[in-house]
Amino acid sequence: MNYRAVVIGVSAGGMSALGEILPRLPVDFSLPVIIVQHISPQSDNYMIKHFNGISEITVKEADEKETALPGHAYFAPPNYHLLVEEDFTFSLSVENRVNYSRPSIDVLFESAIDAYCSSLIGIILTGANNDGSKGLKKIKDCGGLTIVQDPKTAEVPAMPEAAIKLSKPDYVLKLKDIAPFLVNLVSKK
Amino acid sequence: MVVPVKNDLELLKENENIEIELFLQTIFMKYGYDFRNYGKAHIKRRIRHRLSVSGFQTVCEMIHKLLYDPVFYQEVLQDLSITVTEMFRDPTFYQAIRTEVVPLLKTYPFIKIWHAGCATGEEVYSMAILLREEGLLKRTQIYATDFNQLALQKARSGIFPIDRIKEFTQNYQKSGGKASFSDYYNARYESVILNESLKENIVFADHNLVTDGVFGEMNMVVCRNVMIYFDKDLQNKVIRLFYESLIPGGFLCLGSKESLRFSEHSEKFDHTSEKEKIYRKKFSE
Repeated sequence: MNYRAVVIGVSAGGMSALGEILPRLPVDFSLPVIIVQHISPQSDNYMIKHFNGISEITVKEADEKETALPGHAYFAPPNYHLLVEEDFTFSLSVENRVNYSRPSIDVLFESAIDAYCSSLIGIILTGANNDGSKGLKKIKDCGGLTIVQDPKTAEVPAMPEAAIKLSKPDYVLKLKDIAPFLVNLVSKK
Repeated sequence: MVVPVKNDLELLKENENIEIELFLQTIFMKYGYDFRNYGKAHIKRRIRHRLSVSGFQTVCEMIHKLLYDPVFYQEVLQDLSITVTEMFRDPTFYQAIRTEVVPLLKTYPFIKIWHAGCATGEEVYSMAILLREEGLLKRTQIYATDFNQLALQKARSGIFPIDRIKEFTQNYQKSGGKASFSDYYNARYESVILNESLKENIVFADHNLVTDGVFGEMNMVVCRNVMIYFDKDLQNKVIRLFYESLIPGGFLCLGSKESLRFSEHSEKFDHTSEKEKIYRKKFSE
């Protein structure tokens, strides 16, 4: 299977969880990584700068109309939903919160399915609510690959637990195993 | 002849895209509102939402109702028009207006401001409060426009749910407000009503950015988080409309994640505040 993008949804505990993933992807990682991290509406871009500083891939905030490129990780801006268009460019929206969240993981995942169909990898990491469960289930139903962080290795297990329950993911992986798994999967071809 | 086989999901996706095109075409032909150049991911999300609560199975089935039921059309219009906003949204933007723009506005004897896509008016009233505190409101005419009549009605009323006041007050304070926010409204039951005097210099009017034309000789155009729903061509068209509506040296204010950077008109503007997305039309091309 040729995968074309990775989408990640993460909430409470994301700083350390993403710290186990983004810095461990090689500079030539051949997929875009698109991330919704729940974050307060008025946050600055400290987290993005931090990850960009310690990662080989380029880490940045997603700009509207920007094209998703391999070797890049994109974060949804605070207080905006992030969507992927069928031409693989980003759109932003300020419509109402979904699952009490803006950005919402479900909004990203559902639009990414329209863009990437079965060649999408969806990942749910640590968090305190159930945003992303429905989106992950849809990725699975469309034939994409689904991964959930093992709740035992999550700072806050509620979000991975909800995702496992609803979507019965293909893989439940320990946090430290997620990056090697992705690298291996993508380099196999 | 070999016909490439598509799986069920691909067929569904293909059909849904066709049905959505037809749906938008129907709105345009029947009611004159043109959503055909909106970003597709957003439109799809909104139409799927309407489908899920409508009881129909496919978008195609909704087209008949769209044609024959004006009440249903109004619901669809509300779906497609995002009116989520707040007073003093992005407080640092209003700070920048106070420090970077107001000193230049003060040099004009009369000021015209256009809030394009004003939705339910929160940001219009924010600007009116700011201008009053800076001593400019009395010589300012604000035109607040939207295509959404229901939103305009709410905007005109100046009435907002009381549960939003805490957030508005915090924003106001962070934005550099000089008074107490409670000076500007009266609370009644579950609502607050903004002071009538704030409305004196505001005209609320129906205007559609997609299909309508230039709007006066403006000193400032404020259009925040409206064009994020447009595709690139429509964005360029609307920015040109703003350019033509501004006097030389007039200001264009966009949302904090919007930019002129990739627009074909970017050369015609200077940055007043790059971070807050405040641009200034050059004095000569």
